[in-house]
Amino acid sequence: MFYRSHVLVCTGSNCNIKGCQGITEALRRELTRLSLEQEVRLVETGCLGLCEHGPALVVYPEGVMYVRLTAADVAEVAEEHLLKGRLVPRLLQPTATVDSGYSLNMSPFFSKQKRIVLKNCGLINPDSIEDYVHADGYIALATTLDTKTPTDVIDVIKKSGLRGRGGAGFPAGRKWEFTRWATGSPKYLICNADEGEPGTFKDRLILEGDPHLILEGMIIAAYAIGATKGIIYIRGEYDLSIRRMEHAIAEARKLGLLGQNILGSELEFDVEVCAGAGAYVCGEETALIESIEGNRGEPRFKPPYPAQQGLWGKPTCVNNVETLANIPAILQHGAEWYQQIGTANSPGTKVFTLTGNIINSGLIEVPMGITLREVIYEIGGGIPEGRSFKMAQTGGTSGGCLAEEHLDIPMDYDSLAGHGSSLGSGALLVMDDSHCIIDLTKCFLKFFVHESCGQCTPCREGTPALYSIIDKLSRGLATESDMRLLKRLSRTMQSSSLCALGQTAPVPVLSALVHFNEEVEAHFKGDCPTCKCHTARGGRQSAN
Amino acid sequence: MKSLAGLRAIRESMHQPSNRLNNETTTRIMVGMGTCGIAAGARTVLLTVMEELATRNLQHVAVAQTGCMGMCEKEPLVEIEVDGQKTTYAYINADKARKIVLEHIVNGSPITEWVVTKS
Ligand SMILES: Cc1cc2nc3c(=O)[nH]c(=O)nc-3n(C[C@H](O)[C@H](O)[C@H](O)COP(=O)(O)O)c2cc1C
Repeated sequence: MFYRSHVLVCTGSNCNIKGCQGITEALRRELTRLSLEQEVRLVETGCLGLCEHGPALVVYPEGVMYVRLTAADVAEVAEEHLLKGRLVPRLLQPTATVDSGYSLNMSPFFSKQKRIVLKNCGLINPDSIEDYVHADGYIALATTLDTKTPTDVIDVIKKSGLRGRGGAGFPAGRKWEFTRWATGSPKYLICNADEGEPGTFKDRLILEGDPHLILEGMIIAAYAIGATKGIIYIRGEYDLSIRRMEHAIAEARKLGLLGQNILGSELEFDVEVCAGAGAYVCGEETALIESIEGNRGEPRFKPPYPAQQGLWGKPTCVNNVETLANIPAILQHGAEWYQQIGTANSPGTKVFTLTGNIINSGLIEVPMGITLREVIYEIGGGIPEGRSFKMAQTGGTSGGCLAEEHLDIPMDYDSLAGHGSSLGSGALLVMDDSHCIIDLTKCFLKFFVHESCGQCTPCREGTPALYSIIDKLSRGLATESDMRLLKRLSRTMQSSSLCALGQTAPVPVLSALVHFNEEVEAHFKGDCPTCKCHTARGGRQSAN
Repeated sequence: MKSLAGLRAIRESMHQPSNRLNNETTTRIMVGMGTCGIAAGARTVLLTVMEELATRNLQHVAVAQTGCMGMCEKEPLVEIEVDGQKTTYAYINADKARKIVLEHIVNGSPITEWVVTKS
């Protein structure tokens, strides 16, 4: 079948909420009405990235993106563009104009991105294994099985410098090596798709947009570490991700890509989906393992690490979705290729979700080391409503609050750590100048109070204590000794909490104290320069 | 190369429409689909062109349609763009369209007698 045109309708979760179902139906109706079904192929794809402007679709081969569509708009696009070959300027994506180049690749939102993990996302039908295979899917797996031993694979991944994308940034190749050489059988591979971090939805959109990429990454990983059983632990609320992943697994099984003798080799590996138990802490790898075993999601003491004694006491490798999604490309193009992307200590790309006061909120993939400024102003389109930038929080709720002076630091593991923040899960929250830093900090802490699992004392007692001090500060009631306690408590939590939840909960507070010192001082003196939270909450009035 | 061969077999057994997602096609066929073109039979021409490209599996060719080209009396009009060079053909029907695909695109020699403009 030859189609002269492909229309890709985004069916990622964000567009789903905005009604892309109606768009697809309307388009299908129009194609029939105009007798275009034989010429134009309608493809329901994963996330296109411009979530803020959904529902959206792209028409190929021109690469024209239409945004914020209604069913009536779709009729116009079908009639004008698909039938008559004319653009519909009023529906073009925000940065495109008819004269300056309307093609997707010309807009900074797309041209500044580097897509490895998202290479198929928004281009193929995630429910079709045919689409994936025809996009050169499973070639990395097949060539790996033919030409590399498991230790070769581990060497390639070690050499590539790939670091875990789940937050901690641990070198993936080393983790695989530990699991490979650990004694015990069977060995397990777990794909961590719990994604409980507020403002993070990248794993969800990768799963929804290209489930076979993750499966391919997992099969290669299983081959390298000697795992026979894989589990994808997907956040319970991610209906669509679970559905698409289960469909992908079933299709892969049918073609002999999972199960015994994968692609005619000796490899045996199968995967199942496990729905997450619903707490933030269940994303922590050992709590996750407890949860799979049917227990309360509470972190274990480490060591022993999961690589030695994980699921059911057996060697287990836990990797994030995005980490695994990088694997096929690295094996296909080689470690040297991968190292050239990004920075020396953080090779490759990073997928970010942009949220908050930013024009193009959505999903992007950029080379490591790109500056916050480029991400916010060029790809993100800047701050809406003529307001100005105030702060960015990288790494999710447990990341640091960065100020204007940090806009030019490169975004990679080490540079961000050097400024009291982290790359974390890839959430990037941008706030404009109408927001009060103390108020924001309070929100972050409230989350931790709610999500602390209560197992260890520093976190269980520390999070509400931090919250109450910040609450006092916001009402202008904090004393010198409160501020001293705040710092001491933070240090205690960082050094003695059982897991990273408690260890990192103080990070946003501490970074706010340093980077927004003036505003903190003002609150201490009883004034709030932005939102007047001290008066709104019935606290002490300022001196003047 | 056992596994790769296995994968190739899987791939070949799959039915898949040729993808038109890249903008890097070197050749473009534009069919005038204004009211004038449609009335003169441009739709049949377009479908024939597509059929022909499919049979010959010409992956580097994109098909697009355009509005009225301003020479309504000469419709159906077909414009071929190869590496930026444009040639416009007039009074095209299904038979002529097939010949144009063969001569102009496959063999690289435009059929001069049907050409109206060139740039
Ligand atoms: C409270 C908490 C929540 C976490 N949530 C996630 C999560 O949702 N997804 C994830 O991949 N890692 C999460 N992690 C990190 C995991 O413990 C683990 O480091 C990661 O899955 C390892 O994969 P990687 O090496 O590929 O990054 C979380 C950690 C903590 C402390």
